[in-house]
Amino acid sequence: MTLALTALALPFLAFVLQALVPPLRRSGRGAAAVSIVCVGGSLAAAARLWLAPLGAPLVRRWEWIPADGGPLVTVGIYLDPTAQAMLVLVTLVAFLVQLYSLSYLREEPAPALGRYYTYQSLFAFSMLGLVLAPNFVEMFIFWELVGLCSYLLIGFWYERPAAARAAVKAFWTTRLGDVGFVIGIVLLWRATGTFDFEALFGLAEAGRLPAGLALTMFLIYLGAVGKSAQFPLHVWLPDAMEGPTPVSALIHAATMVAAGVFMVTRAFPLFAVVPEVLTIMAWVGAFTALLAATMACVENDIKRVLAYSTVSQLGYMMAAAGAAAPSAAFFHLLTHGVFKALLFLAAGAAIHAVGSSDIRQMGRLFGALPQTGIVFLIGTLALSGVWPFAGFFSKEAVLSAVWDGHLVGPFLMLALTALLTAAYMFRVVFVAFFGADRAGGHPHDAPPLMAIPLWVLGFLTVAIGVRVAVAGGETHHPRGWLTALSLGLAGAGIAVAFVTYQWRVISPAALARALRPFDWMARRRYGIDGAYAGIYRGIILGFAWLIGWIDRYVVDGLLNALSAGTLSAGDLLRRIQNGRAQDYVYGVACGLLALLVASQIWR
Amino acid sequence: MGLQAYLLLAAAVFAIGLFGVLTRRNAVGILLGIELMLNAVNINLVAFSRFNGDLAGMVFALFTIAITVAEVAVGLAIVIVIFRVRKTVEADRLDLLKG
Repeated sequence: MTLALTALALPFLAFVLQALVPPLRRSGRGAAAVSIVCVGGSLAAAARLWLAPLGAPLVRRWEWIPADGGPLVTVGIYLDPTAQAMLVLVTLVAFLVQLYSLSYLREEPAPALGRYYTYQSLFAFSMLGLVLAPNFVEMFIFWELVGLCSYLLIGFWYERPAAARAAVKAFWTTRLGDVGFVIGIVLLWRATGTFDFEALFGLAEAGRLPAGLALTMFLIYLGAVGKSAQFPLHVWLPDAMEGPTPVSALIHAATMVAAGVFMVTRAFPLFAVVPEVLTIMAWVGAFTALLAATMACVENDIKRVLAYSTVSQLGYMMAAAGAAAPSAAFFHLLTHGVFKALLFLAAGAAIHAVGSSDIRQMGRLFGALPQTGIVFLIGTLALSGVWPFAGFFSKEAVLSAVWDGHLVGPFLMLALTALLTAAYMFRVVFVAFFGADRAGGHPHDAPPLMAIPLWVLGFLTVAIGVRVAVAGGETHHPRGWLTALSLGLAGAGIAVAFVTYQWRVISPAALARALRPFDWMARRRYGIDGAYAGIYRGIILGFAWLIGWIDRYVVDGLLNALSAGTLSAGDLLRRIQNGRAQDYVYGVACGLLALLVASQIWR
Repeated sequence: MGLQAYLLLAAAVFAIGLFGVLTRRNAVGILLGIELMLNAVNINLVAFSRFNGDLAGMVFALFTIAITVAEVAVGLAIVIVIFRVRKTVEADRLDLLKG
């Protein structure tokens, strides 16, 4: 318990120090040191916590909002094996990313670097709070905080219009899902009278959850759709790559975007009672996986390829959760968190060396950057699902769960995605790291501060895989034909990429011509971004125009008419006041006479 | 002759005075009209006093006469000053207050 609180409090301490002591923040490297030391302490606490096996979930609450008949909302900590594993993942990746950033962002001015580490500390704190939240309200608060950090860090280079736009886009798109999330939470509270996970799980276990929760749980699922970039709210994640690469690695690959999957895993006993929502989740997840994979195939920006692959893998996780296998989803979340952070950091090293994120401007980097090349290859093999890397087992667990859930459609989509994943990842490898064309300039390998995180993550990617291969994890039940299928798909994808981009027997252009409709649509992102823009222009701006018209002509018109009437009435009355005393007396006399007559009539 | 006759006389004089005030263009004429109206009031006061046997009306009539004299003195002085400034005492021309 103390360890969990320590892990949570240290990044917060770092954030408060950096936020409240401007000289520290402006010193840049000093702020970085504070931040790294604190998150390192968190990592140590989380690791120590992980080593201690846990029986029942450890819960500790403090009253926050008192109400008649028990507190309405509590704050506290909910620690179970899922949270333990997630704590280690978050602190580990955050620690490595902060270490890596020190070298990656060394050319930033000191105040900007301090600002970066302030946001990083806030993010680490928020993400850990989200993982440890014991109820929906606390989770929602941290959920929004990580959204804020994501916004701040995407827009870290706020002078660049593209970055500022991407930040706003990410913020608004995820907010769209969060509206559903918050409504869902309140509806759930109305139905059950509690926000607390333990109480809710107790109700679910006893089968005393009220009926008709489908809409409620769907709304809560919408929060995950926004955060975990599921179709149709996936549009923000590729644009979020405008932020610094370490940020993409930490927030937009390993941790924050997985928060949606984590939330679904955490609240799974509640989702389990609404099979309709689970089915939607599985189909949407599988569709997202396939859609994003096709878009990744035509992308030339290395970070965007990785972003689409993140969307695609998140789709995998959601599909597994939808197939009622949250453990498979969570397993994939963990392995994906490690190898995707590795891929992003390695891509960052390559971008750093070449000075561009366009893979067409890279080439034969393997010779110049052997370290980066090796770890990138490890990450790629893991992502493609090659034995015995970590991704192979988690991906197989997902496919196995979806097959067991009798979801044939999603299974086929996911299988096709596995093929495409191997193809587009090895396309990047062949074009950027091998290829025929040489990159310009003299690219050099990453400095030690950047190389260490890469090697740590690379080692973990292999180690997790080997560990599962040797010991056979609880989530891994080998199934002959499935293993063969997923290896075959990965091999086929790699072969396609090799033949097309390395061997060049088939030219990429010919391949694009053969699959012209898909190529054409994927290059236009299936028109989804365009559709959003159209909806924005057509409906929202149209509505705004209508409101503007009403304001200008109806509201203002009414007031204008009123004032014009007052003016003309005043003009009329003005003529009575002609300034001749005699006329006034005449009026007085007439009035008096009228009064007299009236008083005689109505005596 | 009854009270009614006096009251009718007073009403007639008042009406004539009011007519003069409203229609005369000459400021002096207007002043004269006011004089007539005040005297109509005096007639009323005296008549009521006589018929009710109450001397208060007579006393008020004396007050009125005194005030009338003062009013005429002030009024004529104003008319003379206006004539000096505007070179006219025509009431229609005295419209400096007109908006």
